[in-house]
Formats: sequence, structure tokens, C-alpha cells
Amino acid sequence: MVLSQADIDRALTRIAHEILESNKGSQDLVLLGIPRRGYPLAVRLAAKIAAADPTVDPAAIVGQLDVTMFRDDLSHQGMRPPYPTQLPRTGIDNKVVVLIDDVLYSGRTIRAALDAIIDLGRPRIVRLAVLIDRGHRELPIRADHVGKNLPTSSSEKVRVRLEETDTVDGVPVNEVVIEATA
Amino acid sequence: MRHLLSTEDLSRSNAIRILDTAEEMAAVGEREVKKLPTLRGRTVVNLFFEDSTRTRISFEAAAKRLSADVINFAAKGSSVSKGESLKDTAQTLSAMGADAVVIRHWASGAPHRLAATDWIDAAVINAGDGTHEHPTQALLDAFTMRRHWSRLAGTPSAGADLSGMRVAIAGDVLHSRVARSNVWLLRTLGAEVTLVAPPTLLPIGVDKWPCSVSYDLDETLARGVDAMMMLRVQGERMNASFFPTTREYSRRWGFDDTRLRALDSLGLKDTIIMHPGPMNRGLEISSAAADSPRSTVLAQVRNGVSIRMAALYLLLSGDTREPAHQANSTHSTPAGHTSALVTKESH
Repeated sequence: MVLSQADIDRALTRIAHEILESNKGSQDLVLLGIPRRGYPLAVRLAAKIAAADPTVDPAAIVGQLDVTMFRDDLSHQGMRPPYPTQLPRTGIDNKVVVLIDDVLYSGRTIRAALDAIIDLGRPRIVRLAVLIDRGHRELPIRADHVGKNLPTSSSEKVRVRLEETDTVDGVPVNEVVIEATA
Repeated sequence: MRHLLSTEDLSRSNAIRILDTAEEMAAVGEREVKKLPTLRGRTVVNLFFEDSTRTRISFEAAAKRLSADVINFAAKGSSVSKGESLKDTAQTLSAMGADAVVIRHWASGAPHRLAATDWIDAAVINAGDGTHEHPTQALLDAFTMRRHWSRLAGTPSAGADLSGMRVAIAGDVLHSRVARSNVWLLRTLGAEVTLVAPPTLLPIGVDKWPCSVSYDLDETLARGVDAMMMLRVQGERMNASFFPTTREYSRRWGFDDTRLRALDSLGLKDTIIMHPGPMNRGLEISSAAADSPRSTVLAQVRNGVSIRMAALYLLLSGDTREPAHQANSTHSTPAGHTSALVTKESH
């Protein structure tokens, strides 16, 4: 196991404070999670930001941004069902948008997310927070906030399991593991 | 799913996947930028051997919202009127690199023919064939019903089906591909369907369809209906005496002002009135019914674009497409055709 439940929680607490620090407070903050696992991470981060700054309503700053229709690998990968895109009621114009995903790998998902954001509005700043940065970038993209830098081989798979998305038979799991692919 | 040819063989999971995807596509239509880059560089051909306004425009809007290139082909004014066969037309389109063919044809089965042969290596979408099927119309009808049904139940529509919904389809069932596609799809989604028509406008073998049949519209309404779908009287296919006069038809089978008022007195306050269009106002549906708050006619048109976007997305994304047929490859590869054309022109 690379990260346990307590490790994930500590990393998210640190990222939440980093986000507040780099933004010099909570004004204009919008957290957009990328489905599937970026969204529950965004919800957890919003709760931690609200714990640090009681003026923040966590539900009002979180949204979900689906990037399926903007991917550049649709004709190579299998069919992907699109997920809903839900923005906070304030919209994203002139906001400080923090994109949140579980694993940063090639950078292509983030490239798609940047395209998706442009079609929805014009944020003042876009930042990126990820739980795991596993390297092997294929595009000039880097994260502003990283939970853990994880050197990997491209033959390995990094699995993030969260209780919001990966609970099977009522057993909650919160962990990050590396699996070797056959 | 490689082609979308009929709703009869559409599985429940695929049907719900199309409806759920359409739900996300509908959200795009409400945004400021109503365009997605998803099918950039893909070519969609609208191959229409029969007149159509809303279906062709709807498919064109859907393809354009997904950034595909659209080629419109109408049989009138094309080489088809010079006697070109479906095969030659299909191979010409294949040579031009069509990724999807949306076909409407006066002959039942033409889309199946196109999909089953090696004439063209593209996804085929049936946009209405003869008196057989019109799957995207049935899907947009089901989408409209599902939104209504979920709103009544107060549950999200994603993933839901139409269990327990009572749907009546009234009118010219004999000539209606919309009725056929709807009967199969609504059965798959768990709705109870009743066809209402004069006996002359019901096809042979309708007793074997997965629905009940009634000859009396008022009786059907009295038993309770959640969605009332009126079919167009297809004047262009009426080559025999199916009913005595249009006045008698509208009195007995049309949704007129009396029946609109009857919905209120029967306590059916949530019943919607649907029509696939184009409407013959005053014949199968009165203007008051078509323009009433119960009418979903315009919602159906709007949902049509979302459903067609979903169908194009599901058929054209993903690497599920089979390679071009070996025997056909020498004829249908773009390179082969281009060189043949060049040689021909240079002579």
C-alpha cells in the first residue's frame, strides 16, 4: 500500500491549506472534481477548506467537470459514458478554479479539462491539485498541489480506491496501491 | 453497438445507455457554447431517399454540435434519379470517407441491407425505413416520457426505465414506423402500450405484438393513460379507403377539444399529449390539444437533437469498429477510388 486512509487524509488537509495559502484566503475559490474519483476528493477538500475558514459554504464551492467529450483518445479507447457536469451556482467566470483529480499521469485528462473549462466560462486562474503524481507526462502540464509524488514504471497501474466510489458490499476502502499489470 | 437499425433488437441496457447519454447531451444545449469537439474530423452523411424536414435537420444539428462534418444527400436532384443503385451510392459515400451514414429510405429494410453488406464500412443509423422502424424517434419519445415520469416520481431520470407507465398510441398504426419502434422500445423499458386505431389502419399480425389493441379512444382514455401519443394520418401512403371521411376520423380517432377536456374530468391531470410531427391540425389532433400545456411536441423536437447526439457519440467513439471487409477493400478504400477517379478524369 502506498497511501493508507490516514495518509490520504493528511495529504488532503495539507493540500486544502496550500490552496488557501496560495489564494490568500477563500475568496473566489471553486473546486472542480474530474469524474469519477476527482469529485469525491473535491468534496473532501471543500470540507477541509470550510473547517479552516468558517465563512466558506463547502457545497457552494464544489462542482464536477466531465471531460469525456473533450478527450483526444475517444477513437482508440473503448466507449466511455459521459458523466454530468455540475458547476457551483456562482459559475466560474472570474473565479479561481482548482481542478482536482486522483492521479496525474500523461496529462491528457487535464488537457481535456482545460478545453472543457474554456467552453463553460473564463476563470481568472486555473490551478491543478492531484492526490498522486506518478510522472510520465506527455504534455507540458504540472500540478500546483500534489498529495504524493510516486515514481512508477509505465507498466504499473496506480489504483486509488475511495469509499465514495469503490465501496463493495458495504466495506469502505480508502487506499492507494500500485499493481503490476500482466 | 455498431449500428442503430431497430428498437426491436435493442437491449434494455443499451437503450438506457442511450437515454442517459442523451441526458448529458441535453445539458450541452443549455450552455453558452453549444458545441463539443468530440467528433472532430469525423464525417456524417445524411442519406435521405424520402422527404423529411425535422429528422434531417435534427441529425444535422446533432452532428454539428459534436463537431462532425455533415454531408447532406437528398435523392431528389442526385444520381439516384438517374437510376443509381443503393449499392453504388453507398460505395461512393464510403470512398468519400463517411464514418456514419444516417439513412432514410422508402423501402423497409434498406438500412439493414446497408449494414449487413460490405458495401460500406460505416456506422449505419436508421432514420426511418418504409413502414418498418424509426428508432431515434422512439428513443426521443421514450426520453420525453422518462423525464416526465421521473419528474412525477421525484426521482432522477438517469438509469430509470418506464416501469408502470401507461402509454396509448392512436392513429395510423398501419403505415407508422414510429408506432412499431415505440411498441418494441416501450416494452423493453417496461411500459404498458395500447394501440388505438380503426381496424383498417392496424397491420396484419398486430395481435402478436407486445401490446394491447383497442378500437375505442374514449374507452382507452377512461381506463387511464399517462402518455397519449397521436400518430400522423399519412395521406401520402393512403392508397385505399381506410376510413370514410376525415371528419369521421377526427371525430372518432382524433384528439379533439372534447377529449382534451375529458382528461381533466377523468382526473388525468398529469397525462401528456405527444405527436411525432408533422401534425395535421384538426385531423388527428386539435390545435387546442397541440398547444396545450400537456403537449410535449416541442420538447420532443428538442430532445430529438440530444438523442441523436447520443447515438452518434456512442456509435462513433470507441474502437469497436471492425476493420474493412477484406473482399471489399480493393474497391472501397479511399485511395483505390481516388486513383480510379483520377485515371478516369485524366482520359
